[in-house]
Amino acid sequence: MLKRLILLFALCVTPALAEEESVVLGLSQDRVAITATFDGSEILIFGAVKRETPIPSGPPLEVIVAVAGPSSPVTVRRKERKLGIWVNTDSVLVDLAPSFYAVATSAPLDDILSDTEDLRYRVSIERAIRSVGAAMHIRGAQDFADAVVRIREDEGLYSIREDTVAVDEQTLFRTSIDMPADLTEGEYAARIFLTRGGAVVSQFETIIDVRKVGLERFLYTMSREQPVWYGLMSLVIAIAAGWGASTAFRLLRET
Amino acid sequence: MQIYLPIAEVSVNAFLLLGLGGMVGILSGMFGVGGGFLMTPLLFFIGIPPAVAVATEANQIVASSFSGVLAHFRRKTVDLKMGTVLLTGGLIGAALGVVVFNYLKSLGQVDLLVTLCYVVFLGVVGSLMFIESLNALRKSKKGGAAPAKRRQRGWVHAMPFKMRFRTSGLYISVIPPIVVGLCVGVLSAIMGVGGGFIMVPAMIYLLGMPTKVVVGTSLFQIIFVTAFTTMLHATTNYTVDIVLAVLLLVGGVIGAQIGTVIGARMPAEQLRVLLAALVLVVCGKLALDLLLEPSELYSLGVEGGH
Repeated sequence: MLKRLILLFALCVTPALAEEESVVLGLSQDRVAITATFDGSEILIFGAVKRETPIPSGPPLEVIVAVAGPSSPVTVRRKERKLGIWVNTDSVLVDLAPSFYAVATSAPLDDILSDTEDLRYRVSIERAIRSVGAAMHIRGAQDFADAVVRIREDEGLYSIREDTVAVDEQTLFRTSIDMPADLTEGEYAARIFLTRGGAVVSQFETIIDVRKVGLERFLYTMSREQPVWYGLMSLVIAIAAGWGASTAFRLLRET
Repeated sequence: MQIYLPIAEVSVNAFLLLGLGGMVGILSGMFGVGGGFLMTPLLFFIGIPPAVAVATEANQIVASSFSGVLAHFRRKTVDLKMGTVLLTGGLIGAALGVVVFNYLKSLGQVDLLVTLCYVVFLGVVGSLMFIESLNALRKSKKGGAAPAKRRQRGWVHAMPFKMRFRTSGLYISVIPPIVVGLCVGVLSAIMGVGGGFIMVPAMIYLLGMPTKVVVGTSLFQIIFVTAFTTMLHATTNYTVDIVLAVLLLVGGVIGAQIGTVIGARMPAEQLRVLLAALVLVVCGKLALDLLLEPSELYSLGVEGGH
């Protein structure tokens, strides 16, 4: 058993050791602070390809950048007409779907990443969503996973932007990822893939930390950790504002 | 100016929220309704998660009703005794409503049932009020003294535990007001509203209270029931967004003041026709959503989130 594990481990590690080309990465920021006036953010992702050997001949180097927000299970419900009104009938639990997913590539994704590699590294949006638990008795279970992608694409949370990574001399690359205003807190994983002829030759991963700060942080923490005081505070603030505005308005009219 | 809401986790325009609050606040002051039945769907529409919208709306109604009720206190149009009796029923009802709400949530049909509740109650209440107030308006236009108020001597007056409500000029059993309060409490917890649009007609037609007292008294009861609901939501679902509430209520309290002034200057009958028309419009919009094929058949619900 142990031997088998070691063998498995060795198999996993070997490709990394054999990498002839690897990524040296820079980020314009490795943390995103959500303040009260947070209105989205643009993160510059740039880097270079480090190699000990000359640039290999053959298909050119292509770069794929994928940024994924924290994943959570999502219940997808479908409406059907029952007794003349539209009601939720079937539902499917998608095991894990990222709250945010953006892919930027240096060429059309289908040309630079083979299906098997996509399956292995879960790069494209469809692959990033996991729905193994989809019940077989519901017809068109795939429609439900497609619905997650469609709805979140409409909301600007999922995006694939091809030809937006600039690659110079097969060595330097840069792109920018737009983070929308409606971000969920958490660790965002930025993955960079180098591919040649559809195969991934190198992979690099780093974390972008998205956190609420200041007042946002204070209110959020208080609402979770001291809900009773938070509730009372909300009521007091509400009533004080109501009374204050009422008095101010009356004084204004009397003068 | 965009502002990020810490609990709702969305970014919205602050002036849009101020405007919405102000608009609904005017209606609140005019009609004595909390405005929740308008505000809650409006918040859904601008992209606030429904759970946050419902809970925050309760908090906002507390504030807009508070400034409204102060204005009514000065004009001595609040029946404190009746308000307290209604409130007793309301608190019990709100607690029951939360239990029902959580049960529906576990069935995954909460959206449908909330919408159905809206359509049925708004439809029935709106139609009744519309017909009744149109008749009253026609009579008053014909000139000639309107027939003296017909005091219903039906089942409402045959019940025990009678109590005298001086401000309303009533001597009736406490059972009907408690039942009215209870029903409104249940509905307000399920539908995320103050419940004024149900309570105002119930007080006029069922309890026979004078219209002028009805508005202030219902606001008085709404404050305490929604405060209770806010606390329930804050402690169980963590969905009260204070930043959203403050923005809505800054617009709302100013609107409520303007609304109270407008309401005091308008004849009661016309006020009721307007309120009935408003209720029917909202009802029609929600009914269409149920009847027409939605453009997106699928909807997402995040598990374990809020």
